[in-house]
Amino acid sequence: MFGTAKDIVEHCGVARFVFLDFPLGNSCGRSFDAEHQHQILELGMQLFENATAPRTTVQAPDIWSDDDAWKQLIFTDDQPFLSGEALENWMAAKQRYRDKKAAGEL
Amino acid sequence: MSAPVRYIDRTRDYYIGQGYDKPYEWAHHTDVPFTPLTKPLSESRVAIVSTSDIAMKKPDGSRDRDNEFSVGNVYSLPFDTPVDLLYSRQEHYDQHATTLEDVNAYYPVSRLQELVERGRIGELAPRHHGVYTGYSKRKTAEVDAPEVLRRCLEDDVDLAVMTPV
Repeated sequence: MFGTAKDIVEHCGVARFVFLDFPLGNSCGRSFDAEHQHQILELGMQLFENATAPRTTVQAPDIWSDDDAWKQLIFTDDQPFLSGEALENWMAAKQRYRDKKAAGEL
Repeated sequence: MSAPVRYIDRTRDYYIGQGYDKPYEWAHHTDVPFTPLTKPLSESRVAIVSTSDIAMKKPDGSRDRDNEFSVGNVYSLPFDTPVDLLYSRQEHYDQHATTLEDVNAYYPVSRLQELVERGRIGELAPRHHGVYTGYSKRKTAEVDAPEVLRRCLEDDVDLAVMTPV
């Protein structure tokens, strides 16, 4: 498992976890940086080879930026996680899910 | 290096502030399975299992809006689908800090192909799999996850690489 939300993945529990302390959206490395993506992937390959028990986490050494404002702001009133069209789409998708469930399609 | 974001605490406070009366219960398992490798990586067949809501563009390059109305359920994509045709319909990522423009940043399909070419892993499975965002942990555990496992076993997959956005 590759992920950026350490607490959520470890709360769930997975066999092997590569944690990258980047924003949600970059679980496998920096965008348009194939070399960095390979570094992250290689941590996972080494976990496949070396882990001996479940809940094994390794953390990639990288930081997203010197400024960690993104960490301070996410899911705060100052910076809503979803807004505008994204919020509307999410609410609509939830309703479609309820409708499908009611119709026995899920 | 500052501490990782505590998403569970942060979202609990955030959604209570938004008027939701009960906090989301994140999936939690006391027992976590673990399967040691039975053969070298260089002989293993690998598949991606993603919750990145990957979709395929239409032949004209536009987003597949019909697909975007689907919720829940398992889907599979051929391993050799050109990456230029892939995109994520996810909106649950940090839209203030990053974008989902580079599919390989959360769905490492090109990078894994390169690992095959380098001999680090044996080969890719014929299909990669995903589960479109749903809203039931019970369905994920009892319906979707077993279906992903069934498809992986059908393709003789040795290793699954799991990726959210």
